[in-house]
Amino acid sequence: MAARLVVSRWAAAPVAARAGPLVTCRRWSGAAADTVYDVVVSGGGLVGAAMACALGYDIHFRDKKILLIEAGPKKVLEKLSETYSNRVSSISPGSATLLSSFGAWDHICNMRYRAFRRMQVWDACSEALIMFDKDNLDDMGYIVENDVIMHALTKQLEAVSDRVTVLYRSKAVSYTWPCPFLMADSSPWVQITLGDGSTLQTKLLIGADGHNSGVRQAAGIPNVSWNYDQSAVVATLHLSEATENNVAWQRFLPSGPIALLPLSDTLSSLVWSTSHEHAAELVRMDEEQFVDAVNSAFWSDANHTDFVDSAGSLLQHALALLRPTKVSARQLPPSVARVDAKSRVLFPLGWGHAAEYVRPRVALIGDAAHRVHPLAGQGVNMGFGDISSLAHHLSSAAFNGRDLGSMSHLTGYETERQRHNTALLAATDLLKRLYSTRATPLVLLRTWGLQATNAVSPLKVRGCARPSGTRAH
Amino acid sequence: MSGGHKLSCSGIRFLGVLGSVCREAPAHRLRLTGAVNQPDWTLQIKPWIFNKYRTIWSRSYGVTFSCLNRIKRPPWMRLYSTSQTTIDSSEVKTFQALAHKWWDEQGVYAPLHSMNDLRVPFIRDNLLKAVDDHQPGKPLSGMKILDVGCGGGLLAEPLGRLGASVIGIDPVDENIKTAHHHKSFDPVLDKRLEYRACSLEEIAEETIETFDAVIASEVVEHVIDLETFIQCCCQVLKPGGSLFITTINKTQLSYALGIVFSEQIAGIVPKGTHTWEKFVSPEKLESILESNGLSLQTVAGMLYNPFSGYWHWSENTSLNYAAHAVKSMVQEHPGPAEFVIKEDTEELQANTSPSLGMPEELKK
Repeated sequence: MAARLVVSRWAAAPVAARAGPLVTCRRWSGAAADTVYDVVVSGGGLVGAAMACALGYDIHFRDKKILLIEAGPKKVLEKLSETYSNRVSSISPGSATLLSSFGAWDHICNMRYRAFRRMQVWDACSEALIMFDKDNLDDMGYIVENDVIMHALTKQLEAVSDRVTVLYRSKAVSYTWPCPFLMADSSPWVQITLGDGSTLQTKLLIGADGHNSGVRQAAGIPNVSWNYDQSAVVATLHLSEATENNVAWQRFLPSGPIALLPLSDTLSSLVWSTSHEHAAELVRMDEEQFVDAVNSAFWSDANHTDFVDSAGSLLQHALALLRPTKVSARQLPPSVARVDAKSRVLFPLGWGHAAEYVRPRVALIGDAAHRVHPLAGQGVNMGFGDISSLAHHLSSAAFNGRDLGSMSHLTGYETERQRHNTALLAATDLLKRLYSTRATPLVLLRTWGLQATNAVSPLKVRGCARPSGTRAH
Repeated sequence: MSGGHKLSCSGIRFLGVLGSVCREAPAHRLRLTGAVNQPDWTLQIKPWIFNKYRTIWSRSYGVTFSCLNRIKRPPWMRLYSTSQTTIDSSEVKTFQALAHKWWDEQGVYAPLHSMNDLRVPFIRDNLLKAVDDHQPGKPLSGMKILDVGCGGGLLAEPLGRLGASVIGIDPVDENIKTAHHHKSFDPVLDKRLEYRACSLEEIAEETIETFDAVIASEVVEHVIDLETFIQCCCQVLKPGGSLFITTINKTQLSYALGIVFSEQIAGIVPKGTHTWEKFVSPEKLESILESNGLSLQTVAGMLYNPFSGYWHWSENTSLNYAAHAVKSMVQEHPGPAEFVIKEDTEELQANTSPSLGMPEELKK
């Protein structure tokens, strides 16, 4: 019986099973003069550029040729502008470790970032709150402007230009996949045609080209996705008074979560997810009205109901009896004085997950593989997590002399990351849905859930260990 | 028949290298009979002959050492004389089929592909022990390696990627063509690898004390005269060079799985395909190595898990095992020793950044 199993496993051709309908086989057309790269990263955003950096600085990749293709121009900040950018990311300690591993974190430290030590999440429909903080003075995460991260990555890429070639203002227009079986006259590599008509080949193509990934579509990898009925509004806010400002605040409103992330003693970054109409209105309204809307979103008790409030305080008392030690006291968010002119921007939100992260000679990372609601601040950190995992697998593959595009180690990356990402994607989506309602039973459920979690430290430690904050698109 | 086929497959996978035999043999026999009736049988049949040869003598080795002369075969199965014919279209097709078999990681050679997870680090780490520092990214650069019985180049390519210059030899012309073709797409490997369809004896004459390492992976169990084979390996090694061998032990277990089960119970593999007598125990291997001036450094057992498709290192050497032996630095005969010193100093002079430790010792 066991023997039968073995044979059937071998008889099934995994290669054929993985070959999607869009796989094309083109005959080797004498284009032997094409440059053959070891790795091509398509998409030079935060995740793509960091991927190229991670490989460029890997000791086992010293002899490899890496190419990064980016549609946009080269982004180097000549001089750090006085005003903060409205596009910021929350960088988890894990992501910071990755950035330090190839020297980019030093650039960020020399420029501008803000560490936060605590995070308070609370419900607009009840008194329930959860407080994450670290007893020791470790940082929970860092709020960094995307421009600053990009600048650091660009600088580090320049330093390894002998190994990593970057093509700015270029776009891959088509990909030709190798035939599943090596035929006598066909190339075993992925062939890439660029916008200017030139072609090149690679042993491994890494798709880091965002949630509308061209690589994913060309590879025929199925993707589950939907758009949320929400848009996020980002803005740079000035606080009424200078504070320590080392707490990340997030409140769940029935229309969506609103988050305030520290940038400096007097500045914070806003990420407000709400209905499309409301978001458009928020961007349109004048600055004073906008500031009022933000303050009331953080302070208003209009959504409270007496029933849930009393049920909540009941559990709170019960918990206090069980655990006389104090549960972190509620803190009040700072009030906002004004908004930076022209810093208000909105973008639509969605959710997506690729059914597969890898195919022979192809791997997807970052938003190309998974798109997530910003409420957990996981977007860019999940992408950086992908990079750590993939770079680790590729590095050991290179040290073992393997063909970099081989499925044997790519599936290792896929298994590792899907296990982590699917749980996070599901949890984030569930939270978004759970907090998008005013229905009393659900409000009660989440109120008790949040209070109980806040009282049980092991759960919080788990939550804490996860990178947290909010990533503005 | 089909049930037996399945059964035998799993059993034989255990021995890894034998895997192809049971899957290929019945089909080929059928095709052979069919093909004989056709007028142009020589051309059509030839690749299958090779395939059969290839599958029977899984990591086939050596004109001289081959035990082919021991088995009865039809007179038209002349392995080497036919290999020089010009390629025609019908042959190219079968050649393509062969090519994909070698390089299909999930195909019949899957166990050989996954064996790389063990044998490449084994070879790399043992070679790196002997050098002080290595170039990151290509740790084996500057090393010359001879891969005896290279097949499609499954082991030669990873070693080439690590920077080594590899010469792969195999008596089967088709294997060399496949290997050559496969590396030709990779500009880096194309420079570092060289494949030749020849025997170890042929290459040994022109490459005395040339190689830093000689590899005979899944080969020695098919060699008829192991003494001569090891002697030739030793001959082409530089003093201090390494010989790496992976093979099957001569135990009751390997007899039960490799011979009794696959050949006699399942009856798929023609009787006599594998001769248990030719399997080599580590003890026997060691005595032959020692008598040729090679000292055995390591013997490690390898176990194949047919369910996961992966190999594991094991204390148990009763099935497959890997061995590493080193050629002694000082030669017993004065003649070759002088030659060594001369060659080394020449290399030293050619090298702009010499590390003086070794040659000074030699001068003394």
